[in-house]
Amino acid sequence: MGIILVHPEAASRLNYLKLPMRDRASTDAIEKSFERLAQGIDHCVLRLVEKRRLGVSVRLDVPEPVLNDHVSGCMLTVVEDGGAGYAATGDLSEGGLELALKDARDRAKLTASHRLFDAARLPIPADRARVDNRSAGGLPGVTDCLAMTSDASRRIKAAATNAKAMDKIADWSAAIEVAECHSLLLSSAGARIEQSYGYVSPGLSVVARDHGQSQQRSHGDGHMARQGGLEQLDVVDFAEHGERLVGEALALLRAPECPTENTDVLLMPGQMILQLHESVGHPLELDRILGDERNYAGGSFVTPEMIGSYQYGAECLNVVFDPRVPNELASYAYDDDGTRAERHDLIKDGILVGAIGSASSSLRAGIPAAASGRASSWNRPPIDRMANINLLPGDHDLGALLASVERGVLMDTNRSWSIDHLRNKFQFGCEIGWLIEDGERKGLIRNPGYRGVSANFWRSLDRVGDRSTEAVLGTLDCGKGEPNQLMQVGHSTPACVFRNVQVFGGG
Amino acid sequence: MSRYSAVVERECFYTLADRAAAQAESGEVALLNLRGECSDFIRYNRTRIRQAGRVRQARLRLTLVRDRRQASATFDLSGDESADRLRLESVLGELRQLCKMLPEDPYLHFATAVNSTDRTEPTSLPRAGEATAQIVTAFDGLDMTGVWACGESCSGFANSMGQKNWHAVGSFNFDCSVHDGTQSVKHSLAGQNFDADALNATAAQARQTLSILSRPPKRLDPGRYRAYLAPEAMGDILGLLSWGGFGLKSHRSGRSPLMRLVDGDVHLDPRVFVDEDVASGFAPAFTGEGFVRPQRVPLIEGGRFASCLVDARSAQEFGHSVNASAEAPQSLDMAPGALADEDVLRALDTGIYVSNVWYLNFSDRNACRITGMTRFACLWVEGGVPQGPIEPMRFDDTLYGLLGERLLELSRNRPLSLDPDTYEGRSFSSARLPGALVEGLRLAL
Repeated sequence: MGIILVHPEAASRLNYLKLPMRDRASTDAIEKSFERLAQGIDHCVLRLVEKRRLGVSVRLDVPEPVLNDHVSGCMLTVVEDGGAGYAATGDLSEGGLELALKDARDRAKLTASHRLFDAARLPIPADRARVDNRSAGGLPGVTDCLAMTSDASRRIKAAATNAKAMDKIADWSAAIEVAECHSLLLSSAGARIEQSYGYVSPGLSVVARDHGQSQQRSHGDGHMARQGGLEQLDVVDFAEHGERLVGEALALLRAPECPTENTDVLLMPGQMILQLHESVGHPLELDRILGDERNYAGGSFVTPEMIGSYQYGAECLNVVFDPRVPNELASYAYDDDGTRAERHDLIKDGILVGAIGSASSSLRAGIPAAASGRASSWNRPPIDRMANINLLPGDHDLGALLASVERGVLMDTNRSWSIDHLRNKFQFGCEIGWLIEDGERKGLIRNPGYRGVSANFWRSLDRVGDRSTEAVLGTLDCGKGEPNQLMQVGHSTPACVFRNVQVFGGG
Repeated sequence: MSRYSAVVERECFYTLADRAAAQAESGEVALLNLRGECSDFIRYNRTRIRQAGRVRQARLRLTLVRDRRQASATFDLSGDESADRLRLESVLGELRQLCKMLPEDPYLHFATAVNSTDRTEPTSLPRAGEATAQIVTAFDGLDMTGVWACGESCSGFANSMGQKNWHAVGSFNFDCSVHDGTQSVKHSLAGQNFDADALNATAAQARQTLSILSRPPKRLDPGRYRAYLAPEAMGDILGLLSWGGFGLKSHRSGRSPLMRLVDGDVHLDPRVFVDEDVASGFAPAFTGEGFVRPQRVPLIEGGRFASCLVDARSAQEFGHSVNASAEAPQSLDMAPGALADEDVLRALDTGIYVSNVWYLNFSDRNACRITGMTRFACLWVEGGVPQGPIEPMRFDDTLYGLLGERLLELSRNRPLSLDPDTYEGRSFSSARLPGALVEGLRLAL
């Protein structure tokens, strides 16, 4: 089969917009243009990105305007005289590529005069591969999404009506975002890496309000994105949670505040995703460790010398960088630098053993790369990013986790996140919590939050849940970089118990 | 071609709009929104270039309205007039089909009165090479990290009824920090006309602050402290408040962190006045539906809730007038107080000078309680004299207190701050805010 970045069948299944995408002929033309333009340049890379995104939501039973987004453009990167420069353009004609190449060469020349490192040492991608991770079942189209979100919305309304509490439900919504993404990487060393995948991101949200108190419950809502298609909406039970959310939001209005004390916490995957993301994933990014992010996203309390010996957490803590998990959001075969992606241990038996770095950061730090050079789109350069950062399950089911807690708090569904610039002092808040007494889940509590220090917190990890407690989650909106970029990252994690944590409530 | 030539110039955009108008069938309305830029991004670490590049992009959102339905598509333009026209025509046809799949939209709302505007501002921006040479020279010997973003940005609106709006501004934004071991100080230099003297003054100021930061850091215990929140810190705090605080929909849906203020259960200090100041800002004065925004929208007056930002959809849903393109401020203006810059340290006396805060979020929206970290050159001050840096601390406090009964004074000086955000493209947002001297800032960790 030829070079087609959007499969015609998939395009028709999306049934919302059939823009003139890169067909075989136009993709061939881009490749030929690149071949001509890159002649005589040792290190030149073209990265073409196309993405179509559909977002359907129903709020208060009324469909919102449909999000219908098409992205198409490319970035050219050149390394000359030890300097690297890039230029991004939406003009994919030969003239457009020629102008971009000139811009990239000018900036490579500028960088060479004031370079942070010798880019001539960077590896140039040379692999040839075609990877298609799209769902065989296809992505839902506009009418499918409208039907599913309308159904979910009606169920929420029915639950509120049955509870005779419509006057206390201030807002609700049901939403689905789906996308199909394609990239093509070409290099002057002969690389041709073509990758395709789709994702779905469902979300339900209910807000109850009474006597000056608002309480929200959600399911998905930005943290449950997965690669794949229609079948993944079944996996996450998209429409089945409305009644539960209504009941919990109403109950939270009357629930007591989370107590303020030092106690044990049992964190469910809906909160563990943020804990793992903020205080393991980000601190292990090599560009932070190397200082690139000190002006914006921050540095890290981790130093290169710690890798191999630092006791990051308890012995039951095992974390991997794994971009090859089917259906997890940040799965890929090659990163946007063209580095082949493989699973790496990050924390093994509590000891820090690896970091998350692209080829360039690896070169600078002298630490093996993890194929984590990723860009949010054609208009941003690759930077060090998490892919799927997964906490490996242990051997305790939920009953055993609860039974291990004499007094504590169970928390679920992140709603607030904040951490210092070195990824140490954090504070998180959750939508819902329950007291745990004598190994049993007791009464509901509202506004549960906790704070701690990463360097100590993971050492207080005492129990890791088994696969029955695990969830595969993912977020579309991890912000970082200058210029800024939003990135998709995946996290799978079981429920976990931590000892002696500072918890608090609202007010 | 100019140094930062736009991907799509005004006349090309208007030609596309005319084409869409010609293609619109009877009973149809076409709305076009353009956002474009040609920007240089030069990223620094250790005063050397980490990444340098140029981005040319133009995105068009085309909306077709027919039979009380609306269908939109957003796509990249190439800048080639013929190719873009073909793409527009193709999308228009697809949207016509999409409209048939969609239900009627009860909150459909767009401007029908033609109100064309044009704001194109002259600028003086340096080439990437000139800027780099001056930056590297000014910060020579310092460990500087940050980003230089510079170029032309444009926004356009047009509809098939003949309205045309154009907004084009060139600007630079040099957002950087200077580091010495674990200590650092942040600076921002931004505007429409680059001034090398201002750049050199920024570097000199950073050197001066580093001498204070070289002193042993003070470790504070959790508790309450008198504090001065510098305008930059206030920018982050008001920025968080803008996340649902001022929009009509967030009020009506019970999600706003200012519900108690809206309900009149609490009020802020009577010296607190907050406006959306469209006239003085850098954001387009028109909305994506073609409404022209009022010059000023009062949000908080005399410490009490005044009005909300209302976009076109909320206006239709709740029966209000449109006064915003999105329900978050883009040109925030907070009234000054009486505290002169030279009196800040004396008035603070003993407490914390909070230069910047970081990673804010709500710890309890109902109580407008926020948490975040101190960051970049936050100093411990005794008897009006800076003693040295503090170790990073987490605060967790309610804005009803900080800008209410515990607000002591606001500063007279209100520097103009241009938003350095570049997530989808370079931001048009800006803010003009005072610093705030407060009693009892609660540190939690």
